Amino acid sequence: MTRARKNSQGVVERSLASFVSALEHTFYAEELAKKNGVLQKLDPRVKIAAILPLIVIAALARRLWVIAVLFAIAVGVAMLSNVPLGTMAKRVWLGVFTFTGLISLPALFLTPGQAIYTLPLLGWIVTAQGLRAATYLIMRAETAATFSVLLVLCSPWSNLLKAFRVLRLPIVLVVMLGMTYRYIFLLLRNAHDMFTSRKSRMVGRLDGREQRRAATASAGVLISKTLQLSGDVYSAMRSRGFQGEVYVLDEFRTGWFDWVMLAACVTLATLAFWFGR
Amino acid sequence: MTVPIFEVRDVTYRYHEVTALDGLNLTIMRGERVALLGANGSGKSTLLRVLDGLCFPEKGNVAFQGEPLTQNRLGGEVEFDFRRRVALVFQNPDVQLFNPTVFDEVAFGPLQLQWPKEQIRDRVNEILQQMEIAHLKERSPHHLSMGEKKRVALASVLILDPEVLLLDEPTAALDPKSESQMIDFLVGCSGGQKTVVTATHDLDLVEDIADTCHVFQRGRIVAAGAPSEILNDQALLLGTNLIHAHRHSHADGEFHSHPHRHDRGH
Repeated sequence: MTRARKNSQGVVERSLASFVSALEHTFYAEELAKKNGVLQKLDPRVKIAAILPLIVIAALARRLWVIAVLFAIAVGVAMLSNVPLGTMAKRVWLGVFTFTGLISLPALFLTPGQAIYTLPLLGWIVTAQGLRAATYLIMRAETAATFSVLLVLCSPWSNLLKAFRVLRLPIVLVVMLGMTYRYIFLLLRNAHDMFTSRKSRMVGRLDGREQRRAATASAGVLISKTLQLSGDVYSAMRSRGFQGEVYVLDEFRTGWFDWVMLAACVTLATLAFWFGR
Repeated sequence: MTVPIFEVRDVTYRYHEVTALDGLNLTIMRGERVALLGANGSGKSTLLRVLDGLCFPEKGNVAFQGEPLTQNRLGGEVEFDFRRRVALVFQNPDVQLFNPTVFDEVAFGPLQLQWPKEQIRDRVNEILQQMEIAHLKERSPHHLSMGEKKRVALASVLILDPEVLLLDEPTAALDPKSESQMIDFLVGCSGGQKTVVTATHDLDLVEDIADTCHVFQRGRIVAAGAPSEILNDQALLLGTNLIHAHRHSHADGEFHSHPHRHDRGH
């Protein structure tokens, strides 16, 4: 598609592309959560109990080699859980590296210490201590993010929400987030259909003002549909006995594998804490 | 004397300035299979919501088993009992499937009625097997076809074993196979103690799923009787937009227009 054609339908084309992309991302995540891997086999409560301490320790450890070992273990677990490393690189590593790299960039030059390199032209001095500080920040962020994303990618979202009850997450929040997840797709599809219908009736270019008007009108229609839907959903809930209290039910069952993995992760976390302090 | 399961007397209901039900009178007996026929906007869905205690008329009275069905009366234990005994399946299953997975959806009703959790798990698995949707247990509603959604919606109310089933356009948007499965289920309800009230404008179903028909027009019942009686009254069906009269041809190739239905060897 040429740049001119891209710009001509601007908000419509871009919106359609983003709706499709969002749906694709989610379906891909749901497929990953169903694969036959190490993390997928674990009870979601055990996953949370095992991974959360590792995330905290990765963020607090004071030895670079400890963080590096945790990162290597996270990569190994990703491979054993059939999560492609390309997916991890695209979704986690590249983004975290860029973001934390930008944040830690000033530390390279501003942290006092032993000079190890001078930037040509600018003459800015990179210090060893500055480089060390930046490396710590990036490594901690990468390791914590890797564990976090693995936890989310290898568990169906609804099960993860229920499992967070072990951390005393309020039931009403679990139910609300579950319903939000459920209806996001319906609204995405509605939005996709609206924009497709608009595109099928469009000829020529939309200027900036028309694009903004189209986006605003679509947002208004979607809000109106959402309000209508929420009223109907509330009626459906009342029809089945809802009186304001919410409840959840899970079918989680722990087995020997869960306990073995939990013991292994607790041991790893303890060792990482000891050597990383 | 047997008390009717529902008694509706002079009920009027308005959505702002639109009158959905206009002085409606209706009696439904226990075990009866009733079809509410009418074109879109004739008041069928509104009546189902009134019978399910989701909205209350501004005029008139509704009674469930001789007891008034009012907003004040429905609360606490009375509502629990009512909700267990009367179930509504909505026309749009996306409204009814509000939980993240099929399992959660079917378990919702019993959880609200505070059944023991082990009993709920067993009963959910049982009903999923009966409805032949056990393979959909962990699926999210956005991954289901329309036929699957309708079956899950039905399972989510049948788990409570209600005495009264209110069905709003149960075969709408279904493919022929899914439609025939739904009809099989509705036919299976006959001869039992369940009272089934089906709102539909699909005349093909009526003889199989109902003992009595009520024809709606602009919020009123304009005719009532056995399906054979109603379906043979072409003037009534044409007048209430339940059949049409577009141009078409028969085998002779001549184009003409007259009231007809597409199901009857036409």
